[in-house]
Amino acid sequence: MQNERRAAIRAEAARLEQIFLNAGALRIEADSLLPAETLLDLYGEDIRARAYVTNDPMMGERMMRPDFTVPIVERHMAEGAEPARYTYNGPVWRMQDAGSTRATEFVQVGFELFDRTNPADSDAEVFALFAETLPKTLTVTTGDVGLLQSVIKALKTSDRRRAALMRHLWRPTRFANLLTKFAQPTVDETRTELLATADEIGVDAMMEKAGKFIGLRSGSEITARIAGLKDDENTPPLSGEEVAVVNTLLAIDTTAASALLELQTLQGAMPEIAKSVSIFARRLDALDQRGVDVNALAFKGEYGLTSMEYYDGFVFGFTDGKNVVASGGRYDAMTAVLGTGREIPAVGGVIRPDALIRGAS
Amino acid sequence: MLKLGVPSKGRLQDDTFAWFNDRGLKLERTGSDREYTGAVSGVDGIELVLLSAGEIPKELAKGRIHLGVTGTDLIHEKLPLHEQQVSTIAEMGFGFADLIIAVPNVWVDVNTLHDLDAVAAQFRADHGFRLRIATKYHNLVRKGLQDFGIADYQLVDSQGATEGTVANLTAEAIADITSSGATLVANHLKILTDGVLLKSQASVFASKTADWAGVDDTATALCKLMGWDILK
Repeated sequence: MQNERRAAIRAEAARLEQIFLNAGALRIEADSLLPAETLLDLYGEDIRARAYVTNDPMMGERMMRPDFTVPIVERHMAEGAEPARYTYNGPVWRMQDAGSTRATEFVQVGFELFDRTNPADSDAEVFALFAETLPKTLTVTTGDVGLLQSVIKALKTSDRRRAALMRHLWRPTRFANLLTKFAQPTVDETRTELLATADEIGVDAMMEKAGKFIGLRSGSEITARIAGLKDDENTPPLSGEEVAVVNTLLAIDTTAASALLELQTLQGAMPEIAKSVSIFARRLDALDQRGVDVNALAFKGEYGLTSMEYYDGFVFGFTDGKNVVASGGRYDAMTAVLGTGREIPAVGGVIRPDALIRGAS
Repeated sequence: MLKLGVPSKGRLQDDTFAWFNDRGLKLERTGSDREYTGAVSGVDGIELVLLSAGEIPKELAKGRIHLGVTGTDLIHEKLPLHEQQVSTIAEMGFGFADLIIAVPNVWVDVNTLHDLDAVAAQFRADHGFRLRIATKYHNLVRKGLQDFGIADYQLVDSQGATEGTVANLTAEAIADITSSGATLVANHLKILTDGVLLKSQASVFASKTADWAGVDDTATALCKLMGWDILK
């Protein structure tokens, strides 16, 4: 049974791979054991709860490939020509929560597009390819992480607060807590007292009173943060109108075509988001030209904000009601991080053949 | 035989023996003081199993012992599914240990996890690597920090003398078990006000996977003596 099922998954994966090859992709291979440091730097310590870590006395920590994105981007940045279309087909490994019955090993077949000429059309090309390849019975949802980023950039508050919100974009609970905190006048007594003492005796004297100086974080870093806290104390709370723009965006749950109308209304309240709204509009045109019915395509403002923190534009997912069958999105910023200074706009997605044949049987 | 697992040495064993003795169940070591064997009197049919406190959670989970005495911290760290595998029968009122996050006293600007998160972001920008938190409780600490929503940190493994890692420049902060806090003070560290990730004490745990059917009479007698409602 297990053997038959594996054979069926392999056959389905080969079929999908051929579709991607026909779409102009170059087939590439990737290592199964990846240097842990790269993934940890990218995703943070939380990845340890998602990927299997192995240890080699000489090579140090290696992670069982949790997805292909990192090796593919690294490979492209090192030796790829532009534009480039890649496909890959192989197993990935994911640690699941204790007690979960989700698979810890499964096959992914992916398609990635690296092209800087026309991002809207690249988004549409990838999405249309997935929509044509997958059964029409699946539930499709789209989103756009770039919209929330542009709203945060436009908030009338300090750089420090904008950066804090941007950093926690992918942690909805923490993001909501920060937004609430920043929308209220500061009432933290400990902090008020701290700043009063700093004014009175100076930060150097405070540190001296605190005892022996230990650790790598220097006195000037501590002094700089206290100066920052003072700025923060004087930062006026976010206006109710601006908070409403964030919450209205996150609550959008309609078709892509209607979402555009809602976004244009939001743009009335926050003109600075015009650029990202026009990116959204151009993508709708491109999708339309490639035969996607944008009047039926579902769009959610909060979609894509809980996955691994690298999507920063268009995001999409196909589910069979229970399982994610395919997902993908744009990850321009990640290529800049992995490309050490160089960057290339990138969009792509993966299909899980096991979920696809389960749905079909 | 109903198998009761208790710590194989030290203060935790002494306190455990005393706690049971006070309640009419006499536990004692037999043989030489280096031999890991013991005896129980007061209720018939109980076998004493001497184990390292760190082994007791897994033995309970596997059902190889019916009851075990260990710390809540070890149960949580070693058994991600502890709610399905063991139940807490009694908190024993000793072996108090809290899992805490501590930072240098000189970090006068840092009192809360929120502060730590802000510092982690700036630290990474200033130093080019993620702020290091030394611990041996990797699972509990990662879960606690993830629940709060802290980014840009890394856990570095420290199996002992964790409080010294900051002064030795191998970590910026620590997450460790503390009872009195004296070691923290001596090492110029302070606990974050909301930095208690887990409150722990020695407790009696019952295995949910052990074979209880064969030890029914013993379990009933033990419950009666100890005043426990149910054992399973």
